[in-house]
Amino acid sequence: MFPTPIQQRSHASQFSYQVFLPIALILWLLPLIAVMIFSIKPDGDFVKGNFWGLPSSFEFFNNYGRVFFASDMPQYLLNSVFITVPTVIGAVALSSMTGFALGVYKFRGNLLIFFMFIAGNFVPFQILMVPVRDLTVNLNLYDTKLGLILFHIAFQTGFCTLFMRNFIRALPYSLIEAARVEGVAEWKIFVYVVLPLMKPAIAALSVLIFTFIWNDYFWAIVLTQGPDAQPVTAGITAFNSQYRAAYHMMSAGSIVAAIPPVFMFFLMQKHFIAGLTLGAVK
Amino acid sequence: MSPALTEPSKFKSWYRKNDIAITPWLFLLPAVLFFATYVIVPIGQSFWISFHMWDGLGEKTFVGMDNYERLLGLGDQKMDRKFETSFWNNIKWLLLYLLAIPMGLFIALFLNQTVTGIRLYKSLFFFPFVISQVVVGLVFSWFYLPNDGLFDVMMSWFGIDIRGGVLGNPKTATYGIIAAGLWPQTAYCMILYLTGLNSVDPEQVEAGRLDGAKGFRMLWYVILPQLRPATFIAFVVTIIGALRSFDFIAVMTNGGPFGSTRVLSFFMFEESLSEFGFRMGYGAAIAVVLFFIMLGFIAYFLYQMWRDEKEGR
Repeated sequence: MFPTPIQQRSHASQFSYQVFLPIALILWLLPLIAVMIFSIKPDGDFVKGNFWGLPSSFEFFNNYGRVFFASDMPQYLLNSVFITVPTVIGAVALSSMTGFALGVYKFRGNLLIFFMFIAGNFVPFQILMVPVRDLTVNLNLYDTKLGLILFHIAFQTGFCTLFMRNFIRALPYSLIEAARVEGVAEWKIFVYVVLPLMKPAIAALSVLIFTFIWNDYFWAIVLTQGPDAQPVTAGITAFNSQYRAAYHMMSAGSIVAAIPPVFMFFLMQKHFIAGLTLGAVK
Repeated sequence: MSPALTEPSKFKSWYRKNDIAITPWLFLLPAVLFFATYVIVPIGQSFWISFHMWDGLGEKTFVGMDNYERLLGLGDQKMDRKFETSFWNNIKWLLLYLLAIPMGLFIALFLNQTVTGIRLYKSLFFFPFVISQVVVGLVFSWFYLPNDGLFDVMMSWFGIDIRGGVLGNPKTATYGIIAAGLWPQTAYCMILYLTGLNSVDPEQVEAGRLDGAKGFRMLWYVILPQLRPATFIAFVVTIIGALRSFDFIAVMTNGGPFGSTRVLSFFMFEESLSEFGFRMGYGAAIAVVLFFIMLGFIAYFLYQMWRDEKEGR
């Protein structure tokens, strides 16, 4: 193991490591901690210039209550859910199929199609912006959740295919051959042999795509406009103009917007990291 | 038997014979169609649109290379000042964003221990990456507030006064935004390296120790070569992230002050869809330039992956 395990060092350095660890964490998360404190402060603190001191009163319920009951936030949050969940399902479904096709079969153009998916994934969004917006307008899907969902599914399929294909590649090929010898139809091999083995990959991709889509801002402002369809990342800016300079409200709103992916991450941490670090180890 | 009845069974037996040849294409079809419609074709369309003047609604007017001439200052024109600022800011982003890699490695080395609660520490250190960039941007813009922001307060302890606050001063604004971007990006690199460190071969480390390697020499000659895959991925995601930077700028400064924090991706958005009117053709031309800047990196990444693929076979 590198660096040398702290247990093999002197007591003094073990002790200082234990002390320094929480300090380092607090320093690292300082901006976030500040916002959490912001969000439970009363309005008066900011007027008086008490930005970074302790809250003069505990206004957690008051501030968060207003986020949920006196703003469009719940609507934006719901929109985010209705955009994110179908995208996750769509992208994972499409990419398990492409992953299967590219990972199991040898055919002309296999690598070419695979690299087309990877390359498309690296492209700057901006080069897609004008045509995709135009397409969405022409399909009468501008400012609808469906318009966003369709684009997200298509774009995420690139990354998901890379992931799924490499995962299926690593499965024992003999399983598929054995099924073929038995005369099982190819699509049944996919459904009954490969799909059950893909559960960890599906879990990893689901959390990952959930986070990516939930946090998307660019496409949200390109393809949607108002509280009817905009997700929470775009909604937060509207929320902020409603509460201009009311830092306690803006912080509470930001925290509410950030919580679902954080929750997902802690719930499925192992899968999340497995997905993110794909290929980081050989 | 009537032909209507024989057709399906004929098809069935033909399908059965060619099952292995047809199945992959059937499985690929929906995704390829989708991907082509929303990703591949639009790249071509953007090229096409960049040769036109277009407000996004009416007819496109073909103007040839005009957009590029105005943008890059070809011929007797001067380069678009906004383009110049955006381009140099992109370079700053690229270079400084790369700091996330050594910083991530440093934190990973710091956290690669087995003490009680270390798992929780690792996930809390990773936290910034999970939060949306919009929220990170907002958080940092409050952190940077002139006079009231914690950063300004801390700077005043050292007697440093940044006029207008970090984000209000054209000299510091871009660096302030990049620092905000480095926060989640470092967390990402950290997690890549933590996973990489997990799989470092302990025997090689022992062998290195016996040979008297320790500290930095050990890191450089024994550990880092084994972390090569992690470094490659960290490099890819950081470069792509730097060139894609948009959310932070839109949220923190909206390109200001005096347009000093624009980057190409933001500039493009601004030209195409802003209160100044929809100049889709010009926007598309900017996107094409950005695409070509990125293409160099993309080609390199793809080449590396392609080589690994060939070796893996």
